[in-house]
Amino acid sequence: MHDPLVIPTDEGLYCPAGNFHIDPWRPVATAVITHAHADHARSGHQLYYAQHLSVPILRHRLGEHEFIGLAYGEQRRFGPITLSLHSAGHVLGSAQVRVAHDDGRVWVVSGDYKRDADPTCAPFEVVPCDTLITEATFALPCYRWPPVEEVGQQIWDWWSGNPDRPCVLFTYAFGKAQRVLAALTAHTDRTVYLHGAMVALTGLYRDADVAMLPTQAVSELPRSESMNGKLILAPPSAAGSPWMRRYKNASTGFASGWMRIRGNRRRRGYDQGFELSDHADWPALLNTIRDCGASTVLTTHGRSDDLVRYLREHEGIDARALTTLYGGEDD
Amino acid sequence: MQAFANLYAELDATTRTQVKQDALIDYFRVAPPGDAAWAVYMLAGRRMKRLIGPRKLREWLAEASGLPDWLVEETYQHVGDLAETISLLMEDEGERRAVDGSLAEWIEQAILGLRKLEEPEQKAHVLAHWRSLPRPACFLYNKLLTGSLRVGVSRGLVERALAALGDLPRALIARRLIGEFEPTAEFFTALFDQEQREEREGQPYPFFLASPLESEPESLGAAQDWLAEWKWDGIRAQLIARPGGVWLWSRGEEPMNGRFPEVELAATDLPEVVLDGEILAWDSGVLPFSQMQRRIQRKTIGEKMLREVPVIFLAYDVLEYQQQDWRERPLGERRALLEELLAGSGETAVRISPSVTASDWHGLAQLREESRERMVEGLMLKRLDSPYRSGRVRGDWWKWKIEPLTIDAVLLYAQPGHGRRANLYTDYTLAVRDGDAFVPIAKAYSGLTDKEIQKLDHWIRRNTVEKFGPVRSLKPEHVLEIAFEGIQPSPRHKSGIALRFPRIARWRQDKPVAEADTLEQVKDLLRLYGG
Repeated sequence: MHDPLVIPTDEGLYCPAGNFHIDPWRPVATAVITHAHADHARSGHQLYYAQHLSVPILRHRLGEHEFIGLAYGEQRRFGPITLSLHSAGHVLGSAQVRVAHDDGRVWVVSGDYKRDADPTCAPFEVVPCDTLITEATFALPCYRWPPVEEVGQQIWDWWSGNPDRPCVLFTYAFGKAQRVLAALTAHTDRTVYLHGAMVALTGLYRDADVAMLPTQAVSELPRSESMNGKLILAPPSAAGSPWMRRYKNASTGFASGWMRIRGNRRRRGYDQGFELSDHADWPALLNTIRDCGASTVLTTHGRSDDLVRYLREHEGIDARALTTLYGGEDD
Repeated sequence: MQAFANLYAELDATTRTQVKQDALIDYFRVAPPGDAAWAVYMLAGRRMKRLIGPRKLREWLAEASGLPDWLVEETYQHVGDLAETISLLMEDEGERRAVDGSLAEWIEQAILGLRKLEEPEQKAHVLAHWRSLPRPACFLYNKLLTGSLRVGVSRGLVERALAALGDLPRALIARRLIGEFEPTAEFFTALFDQEQREEREGQPYPFFLASPLESEPESLGAAQDWLAEWKWDGIRAQLIARPGGVWLWSRGEEPMNGRFPEVELAATDLPEVVLDGEILAWDSGVLPFSQMQRRIQRKTIGEKMLREVPVIFLAYDVLEYQQQDWRERPLGERRALLEELLAGSGETAVRISPSVTASDWHGLAQLREESRERMVEGLMLKRLDSPYRSGRVRGDWWKWKIEPLTIDAVLLYAQPGHGRRANLYTDYTLAVRDGDAFVPIAKAYSGLTDKEIQKLDHWIRRNTVEKFGPVRSLKPEHVLEIAFEGIQPSPRHKSGIALRFPRIARWRQDKPVAEADTLEQVKDLLRLYGG
């Protein structure tokens, strides 16, 4: 019996043979970062490895640290370990971490990922492996995402159907907002207005040549300018804050995988819920596990227990849940 | 059905009352009367008799979706709504087709038609709809199948929409919607009759409901302008004595004839009158509500029960006298009539609710202190010059309740809520200390703020000791103050005690578990206040 290639520790997932951590939540010497969302990328590590498109975003969010950018597929040696990053399709620069030992074993840490179409980042790559450490944020069969074109159409219908009110759409500032901006190019070339928290991140996407609707910071508009008929993107934390005062009669929407459930829509009190997620839905989780051929699956954040039981009882896979501090509630 | 599915989606998507009302008016204006009648029936909160139980539906769902039973169950607990769970899990199975047929056809044939079928055919029909209806229509179909809609529309809102559409007083619409009705095209059309037609024989009036007094009574003006009565803890009812017979209705507009024969018998001695009042278990004084519960639970009332738990109807108000509607007359006048009608009714099963008199608010406040000994919930305050209104209208009727009893209990188990609270741990089992052990004392739905619920939910997910289906057992760490209206001995509870109307008053984040109340302390309360 070999020692596992990746184990959970107090600092986070750790590869003992290669002596590096993956998405650690406490300061470590060498951190391999799957993507720049806050629960995966924290400040204070001595050295960061990440996909090179992720580096400017990490620098923006974490401040100056020592970053090494890798291309997808580019290999690095850590003792007996060959490390490489492979597209996860989650957000710009998101990666799965392939950990290959010289003895022939291959483990993959998926990070967050999705299989749906997304023009703002590279598509998910199937990486064959023996052991897959997968996220399980939406690991229940009620989660099946509608085609993104359908959701884009719904957002456009809502925006264009409200010429007399501002439309404030809440989305996560990194990834989701830019995906919405890209999806709407199929319907219009109108300008979209951004909450301050999204301006720099959207600029980084433009630097990476992602095609999106033109944008402008709300703060650049004169106070007297009417916001009626305009689409404004803002992070969910802005809902109910003083920032909203400018949009008194606004129609509000929220773009998230959680909006698939009616109770969530009603509880949050938004006028519209759009089912748009950057995570794998139930079929995508199962397909990914089958596609990569893993005989062992370890699950991290989300509905871990249900996925584990299903894999054990119905897919004949050796599955276990790992305890991690990844949030997973955000989408 | 598509038009109604659209209406449902519109109502569901907004929290604004005005938007909902406009959507209702638009629907009622163009819908065929047969459909509109069913829409009124369902939206006003009527329930159809459930044809297929939820357990059966879950069984069929597991089979049709190809998912294991436990995963269907977990998903249902997560979604918090069976109709929705079905529509989500079946979405990728089968070919979706456009929905045709009217709402009335759907309900009368596709839903009520199941009644005539044997189970295998029922199942075949239901599964065929699950496989072909688009998600919103599938959801609605399942809602109808499970008997009720619940879409954040109150009956009041339906009444306002119909009144606006027909340009009629809302009270008239309310009156026409009360009691039992058949959802037919004729019924819907007749709602808008301009003539005050003869209403149906045993038809009740809408109840006037009091609001809790949240400020000092001095804010109501002079005490002399108000009628004070005890706030009794029984079953609110309307007693109708008309030439055609006697009818008894509950506040939920259920006919209660046959349940309280002594009241019906006494009512035959009354003149033609409609009374508002309370049914109470009474034997030379009011009996604890636990006695009343024994009666409520029985469908047929035997001699023994009649002897052991006699009931009376304590009248509060006169709504109709000799076929005249008295509701617009001032309370002072109605009360005078009530006193005249029930004078000398001392020992019969229909009596007058005594007024509570004092020279000023201070005097009333002192009398209110006696509430718990008198086994009442406090005082009712009613403005003497007010009409008898319909529904919960603030201003003229106030309930001035005594402070509830409270204990500090430990959060021991949690379970997710439903509907708006789906996927959030909001249903708690609370316990008191008994030596080193904890004994469950009450179940309560969260009365916490949304922020506190989020915070506790977050904690619950990370501090689960064990899972039993949807229920999680938790580390005993949080103390919640529960308020309740009464305390009774109960052989059915492990603690031997049942609390009446327990709810969470606040989260005692300042209190460690070691300072939560003990079973002994709760037993002391039982000795003091338990009836």
